[in-house]
Amino acid sequence: MSKTLFYIAILAISLIAPFAFPDYKTQLATLWLMIIVSLTWDMTGGQMGYNSLGNIFFYGAGMYVAGVFGIGIAHDVGAYNNAFSGDVFKFTPTEYFVGLFVGSLLGGVFCSVSALILGYLLFGLRGPYFAIGTLGVAVAAGELVANWEWIGGGQGISLPVYPYDLEQGKDVFYFMFMGVGVALFAFLAWLYNTKFGAAINAIRDDEEKAEGLGIDTLRYKLFTWAIAAFFVGIAGGISGYQLIHFEPLESAFQTINLGIFMVVCALLGGKGTLWGPVVGAILFHVFKEVTWNYLLGWQWVALGALIVVTVVYFQEGIVGWVRRQKPEWFGIVVEEDTGARAKPTTGAQPAGAAE
Amino acid sequence: MDQIISNFNLLFQFPTVNLKIIIDGVMVGALFALAAYGLALVWGVMNVKNLAQGDFVIAGGYVAWFSSTQMGEYSIHPLLGVPLAFIVLWGVGWIVYKLVINRVIERDLFTSLLATFGVAIMTAQILNLLFGSDTQSIQLPYETLHLFGGVVDLPIAKLIGVGLAGVLALGVVLFMRYSRTGQAIRATAQDPRAARVLGINTDRIYAFTFSLNAAICGAAGAIIVMAWVIQPFYGIVYSIRAFVVVTAAGLGNLPGVIAAGLGLGVLEQYGALIFGIGYQQAIAVLLLLIVLIIRLAQQQRVRQALQ
Repeated sequence: MSKTLFYIAILAISLIAPFAFPDYKTQLATLWLMIIVSLTWDMTGGQMGYNSLGNIFFYGAGMYVAGVFGIGIAHDVGAYNNAFSGDVFKFTPTEYFVGLFVGSLLGGVFCSVSALILGYLLFGLRGPYFAIGTLGVAVAAGELVANWEWIGGGQGISLPVYPYDLEQGKDVFYFMFMGVGVALFAFLAWLYNTKFGAAINAIRDDEEKAEGLGIDTLRYKLFTWAIAAFFVGIAGGISGYQLIHFEPLESAFQTINLGIFMVVCALLGGKGTLWGPVVGAILFHVFKEVTWNYLLGWQWVALGALIVVTVVYFQEGIVGWVRRQKPEWFGIVVEEDTGARAKPTTGAQPAGAAE
Repeated sequence: MDQIISNFNLLFQFPTVNLKIIIDGVMVGALFALAAYGLALVWGVMNVKNLAQGDFVIAGGYVAWFSSTQMGEYSIHPLLGVPLAFIVLWGVGWIVYKLVINRVIERDLFTSLLATFGVAIMTAQILNLLFGSDTQSIQLPYETLHLFGGVVDLPIAKLIGVGLAGVLALGVVLFMRYSRTGQAIRATAQDPRAARVLGINTDRIYAFTFSLNAAICGAAGAIIVMAWVIQPFYGIVYSIRAFVVVTAAGLGNLPGVIAAGLGLGVLEQYGALIFGIGYQQAIAVLLLLIVLIIRLAQQQRVRQALQ
């Protein structure tokens, strides 16, 4: 019962937040973005044991698919992105909203499909090779897009501005991010309690054994990554419209920026737990904004130090630490070791059982 | 597409272009090989995948640049920047080892990857704060050789750089093969526990190996700043190249690392000519992916053969 109340309280706070702190609407929207990306990273990294460093690829891909779709339904994309044409392009509100909603969804679908294809190629790689391979995908995607003039090249794309009141636009983006975040959280809370969740945890714990037990590991891995990519793609699409202008290397495929932040969020909060990425994202975002404001110039050094300290000294994360201290809060039943199972039976050994 | 085909045809219209590309490629590749050599060392000996590799290279470059151009009358000769960067980065490597690396050795490999990524971000930003984000280089007072009727320009600065890289690589190879410390490093790589039993202080060996890696990188950076340019955020370029080379060569194959480094340098020059200079980084990364996937297929074949 208290759990339901807790969830209702969190939801209520999230709904009120943009009106209670109107100056921080964009910040709060970014916070939801961090929660989304760290939750999706944790699906493969924490729950399945495949540490990707390239999930930022889906963020950028979703951004570009949504943006190109939004422009493409109204104008010729190549002409629109030609910086020297001098033409003026106008968008009706309908075109804008179709671009935003349908485009983001399409971005998610595109990312799911590319996750299936990439996963088919990459999921044989274990441990750090998977991390390096996925990092490579993200870096390569950024470079390739930066050289593709049709979608703006290194200059990036400028999307239309929200057609009505801009303050209202900030609310729209906040609630879009929040909607995706809440849906993702609810979905994961359900998923991790199903057989599917158990299967991906089995893959994390011992892939060979899971395979031996008849789990089609490749299929589970592909599905998990595709679901994660779907949500990241949608978040990327919304981000594109929120940013209005984005370019390939610094904002879309920001490998050493958001691409690493999502991993650190999940690790800081505790990877492999449901709440860990959420807690981690909130703390990390606050830390980041505080250093950005008060340590200007040194903020990246502080972030690097935070990464090192988290990774080296505090790897179980906050939620992981709490779980070890108070396992009963998480519904984990700790059995008292009575030694009953450990002792071998002392009865007569059947013939032939001696080793 | 037409552009690519016409670029490709250039190679046959002017055969000397190939010579220029190969010379350029070998010169860049020598430095990739050097950075990769250190990576192969720490990867093989202590199983740490160092993503800060490229940032050590750039840091070495800044040491050489600062000491030879920014110190007024106390400036040293640019060539002396190479040993100086070697020594300074040795110290940096030792500090990084004591603070970070010695705590990730026994952990899973992703931990070392992320921890060194943190180190990489910090290094790049500290360089940025200290020296600004402009590109920097050292002008050596040497001319450019014009070979084959001016088709091939060979700046002597680059030639000296490659020579130094070769000397350094040879020195490290000989050191690893014949010195007692080198033997201890190889013993530790083979079996740390047995090495410990035999009285080798493995912690000291690890610290030594990591510092040596940083120092090699630093010297490579000092060579780069003489012949090319450096910038605080170029580190990732050399880190990725180092990973490509080590993955392509395979672990424990140090001569292979040098060959793969030179090969990557030449391939990249060809790629840059055919596809355009903007794709250079993407080509390296795609090569990495292809190599990884081929390795994977090999592993699977081995596993199937065993079953």
